[in-house]
Amino acid sequence: MSIVKKILHYTRAHSIYILLSLICSAISVGFTLYIPVLIGNAIDYMVKKGAVDFVGISGILVQIGIFIIVAVVFQWLAGNFTNIICARTVRDMRQDVFKKFNRVPLSDIDSMAHGDLISRITNDVEAVGDGLSQVITQLFSGIVTIVGTLVFMVSINLWIALVVVILTPLSVLVAGIIGKLCAKSFREQQELQGEISSYVEEIVGNQKVVKAFAYEKRSQEEFNEKNKRLFKVGLKAQFAGALANPSTRFVNNIVYAVTGIVGAISVVSTFMGTLTIGGLSCFLTYANQYTKPFNEVTGVLTQIQTALAAGDRVFRVLESENEPDDSDKSSPESIKGDIEFKHIAFGYNPEKPIIKDFSLSVKNGQQIAIVGPTGCGKTTLINLIMRFYEVDSGEILIDGINTRDIKRDNLRGFFGMVLQDSWLFSGTIMENLRYGNPSASDEEIIEAAKLSYAHSFIRKMPDGYNTKLSEGASNLSAGQKQLLCIARAMVLNPPMLILDEATSSIDTLTEIRVQKAFKKLMKGRTSFVVAHRLSTVKESDVILVMKDGDIIEQGTHNELLKLKGFYEELYNSQFSDMG
Amino acid sequence: MYKLRRFLKDYKLQLIVGPLCKLFEAVLELFVPLVMAGIIDNGILKNDKDYIIKMGLVPILLAAVGLSVALVCQYMASYTSQGAGTKIREALFKHIGTLSHKELDEIGTPALITRMTSDINAVQANIAMTMRLLLRAPFLIIGALVMSCFINLWLSLIFFAASALIGAVLYLVMTKSLPFYKAVQGKLDKIALLSRENLSGNRVIRAFSKQRAQEEALDKEAESLAKISTRVGRLSALLNPATYAIAYSAVILILYFGAGKVNSGEMLSGDIVALVSYMTQILLAMIVLANLVVLLSRGSASASRINAVFETKPSVTESEKPEPAAVKDAPEVEFKDVRFSYGEGDSELENISFKIEKNSFTGIIGPTGSGKTTLLSLILRYYDATSGEVKLNGINVRELSFGNLRGKIGVVPQKSVLFSGTVRSNMLWQKSDAVDEEIFEALRIAQVDFIDDLDKYVAQGGANFSGGQRQRLCIARAIVGSPELIILDDSFSALDFATEKALRNAILKSKNITFIVVTQRCSSIMSADKILVLEDGKLKGEGTHKELLKSCDAYREICLSQLKEAEL
Repeated sequence: MSIVKKILHYTRAHSIYILLSLICSAISVGFTLYIPVLIGNAIDYMVKKGAVDFVGISGILVQIGIFIIVAVVFQWLAGNFTNIICARTVRDMRQDVFKKFNRVPLSDIDSMAHGDLISRITNDVEAVGDGLSQVITQLFSGIVTIVGTLVFMVSINLWIALVVVILTPLSVLVAGIIGKLCAKSFREQQELQGEISSYVEEIVGNQKVVKAFAYEKRSQEEFNEKNKRLFKVGLKAQFAGALANPSTRFVNNIVYAVTGIVGAISVVSTFMGTLTIGGLSCFLTYANQYTKPFNEVTGVLTQIQTALAAGDRVFRVLESENEPDDSDKSSPESIKGDIEFKHIAFGYNPEKPIIKDFSLSVKNGQQIAIVGPTGCGKTTLINLIMRFYEVDSGEILIDGINTRDIKRDNLRGFFGMVLQDSWLFSGTIMENLRYGNPSASDEEIIEAAKLSYAHSFIRKMPDGYNTKLSEGASNLSAGQKQLLCIARAMVLNPPMLILDEATSSIDTLTEIRVQKAFKKLMKGRTSFVVAHRLSTVKESDVILVMKDGDIIEQGTHNELLKLKGFYEELYNSQFSDMG
Repeated sequence: MYKLRRFLKDYKLQLIVGPLCKLFEAVLELFVPLVMAGIIDNGILKNDKDYIIKMGLVPILLAAVGLSVALVCQYMASYTSQGAGTKIREALFKHIGTLSHKELDEIGTPALITRMTSDINAVQANIAMTMRLLLRAPFLIIGALVMSCFINLWLSLIFFAASALIGAVLYLVMTKSLPFYKAVQGKLDKIALLSRENLSGNRVIRAFSKQRAQEEALDKEAESLAKISTRVGRLSALLNPATYAIAYSAVILILYFGAGKVNSGEMLSGDIVALVSYMTQILLAMIVLANLVVLLSRGSASASRINAVFETKPSVTESEKPEPAAVKDAPEVEFKDVRFSYGEGDSELENISFKIEKNSFTGIIGPTGSGKTTLLSLILRYYDATSGEVKLNGINVRELSFGNLRGKIGVVPQKSVLFSGTVRSNMLWQKSDAVDEEIFEALRIAQVDFIDDLDKYVAQGGANFSGGQRQRLCIARAIVGSPELIILDDSFSALDFATEKALRNAILKSKNITFIVVTQRCSSIMSADKILVLEDGKLKGEGTHKELLKSCDAYREICLSQLKEAEL
């Protein structure tokens, strides 16, 4: 489907307005078009000195007045309907793009530049809306104008009308050629804008690192390089787009001149039917009106081309594949928390498997610790349990049900999760803590904050629990953010818990206290804990020791120490180096 | 808009020639009705076919000349608008680079992205359209007015009245719609913010099954944006009908009074035709102007948003005085009675004084929120100390240029961020001309054992590496170029102990490096020459591990929480 069709498809939901807009502009244009006939008639009543039919003229003037009122009112209505169509189409498109962000597999989000996606939902959708509004305005009134003027011209003089009809496609041809020529530049232009916004997002978003490395100058150079490319492409696109209008106007001016000559001659010689001076005057006005839509469409060619290029980018997001639909899957209300991994294998890149053949059975209430050197695939296991990524083979069962047969949202709802990268949204601390459990009371939230030792620093914030966090919570330290995430998970009160380096940025004293709180919370609930500080997982029921994607050892702390294997090595490395 | 004019100063020639070309084109167009009137009055009425054909060629000639000058103008308008837009983007990016954290946090990254794209686009469109149309339209109007005066002075009064009336309508609509356009751009900021948040927190959002809530928030903003657009649209939809109504009312008046004048022999019917067509010309020009007004309102709303960023001044600025020479034998870092608070609030740091000697290993430890990272921020001058002095090599950091200050320090921030590109491009951040050997050496020190190819692709933020891998790459990035001071801000958190130990030992082996480690783990800094213990923004202890165990309760408590009694 072409981009145009896809965009039009989007306006469908508002087809009633499209219809209204079309009717209103038809009425408005129709009446506007008839006015020159009336003016021509009026002029014909002014033959010469002493031979002016005042009665006839007054009648016509009243008619003109009525026609204007009708035309103007409907024009205003049509304009409003067009606005409504565009504003709502843009709104729908934005909402859909945003929803798409939450429907595509997580791997898509991980692998795309966020700044570019942001540019699509703001800049590109906006461009589509601008283009659409131009097209609707010009197209509707344009078609009606062309048809209407043709009718009027034919009714005045068939032959001269033919001259006009035969000549004008020339201007369409010219505009078409120019449009084709510049489509590529417009595409490149939108792409580059996406690139620039990713760059800004990355550099400005990580200003601390940029400053620490005194990288400002070099990032400026890199930016300038992109900016220069945008200038080149932009200049090409803009100029190509701007070519169309004067070119079509030129063609149309010629049409006008030829019409004038032919018309004047026919008045004199009457060889192509009869024509009065008044008739010629109004014919010329029509010739002008007839070419106007061609002029105007090419006048906004830049916007149309931009809209097409932008639409392409928007639809590429909208058409990316969703996570498979799971509305027919089961949604168990509650679970015990038995988890079984059966021969699972997985790799982010199927050719490079990270987990090869992993099996484990977890009874409800057990605490499973996952330890091992960095980059060995600990987080991967979490990604699979939560179904952020799907296993390549094998299956994960919860209470004997394959997780693939449970609705994703339902499955994820069973887990409280605290990740190493603390994510909080811009809102008050209270809103953030209530995130997973909207029904939690203020008291419950404060209780959870106390348990997670976040209460004391929250109280010190300027507005306490109502302190607004900035985007990315840059006004908090990493440790404070982590404490808030822990409190958030506690408010959720989930049947199972995942802690992925959840306490890595917290001081150990606080950590020990938080661990205690967790232990209370986790009594009888299954939990997965990824950790480096082995001291924090010593008491786990099962410790999985991972290395290079494989579980190489598993057992309790004491069993593993007795093995005198990799775990023992890891454990001792914490203590052996004191100097 | 006016305030951004400095970006146009290199385009004076284009700014003058471009619109002049358009003017010339307009002048040519003005002749067309005149020629047609001539054809009617001289050709048709006198039955002169040759005259008709001869004069008929004139409009074609005029059109050809018009096309060529119009093309010149189009090029100049494209060149100027794109050029100025490019300059604004460049300057804006540069200005953003000078802003300190405080300001950047206030404005927010998404708002800066929309300014960089959507707002600058609006300004660009503004410049181009202004050059193409702004002069042309008024000129056509003035031309038509003048011509009408020549035809009949009395009837031209109608022209003046109509033009003034239309002008008033345009002005009114523009001033009324300006605030709406500002609101529209503001909503775009909001949408960008929600999108950015939704993308960066996608994992958590899905984990909490909060997609619906996020979507509802976006829906609300998109809906309210649609509402504002519709409202401002209702205003601008008035422009065309109003213009039509006024122009055609004028035509009625012309016909009415014109009829009398033809009857009295004062005018010919050809004159009336010409007057009507001049009025149509005014109408068309006014409609162009009306559309331009919409664009201009949008552009100036965007321009004022861009200006607001330009007018934000950085709170931390570089000293303009020449740098003093390094003081011999001065400590690497010295804090002298430093106090710091963000804004009005309580002090984050108080009474901080200490010295860090050259080539020493210093550990900074303390509970979450005790001010460790703030302390580092003062060395790097992300913020300025509220009172007291921070010195590097005996020089107050305020007197050093950013490049000299930060260039000497290799920092590994808490959050390990890599930038999209390759491993090499990331490794060249500290020292842009580092050779591969240097990079590999740094990778070796940082215990990076998973990189053989420096051209390996790095996704935005380093998403294609695990947390621990990212952390080690960030450490390597700071080591490249052998800075004299290396600061690790809790940079071991994703590393296991074995890796951490090997890494620390490798750094300590390098010569001429002052090494500062901020951490939660006492095992990381037990061997340090000096340990600083922070609590609640105050320095609670200073000394070696052994000394502090005896003298500092806070420190002993931390160690006890992590190590067995025997290990102390």
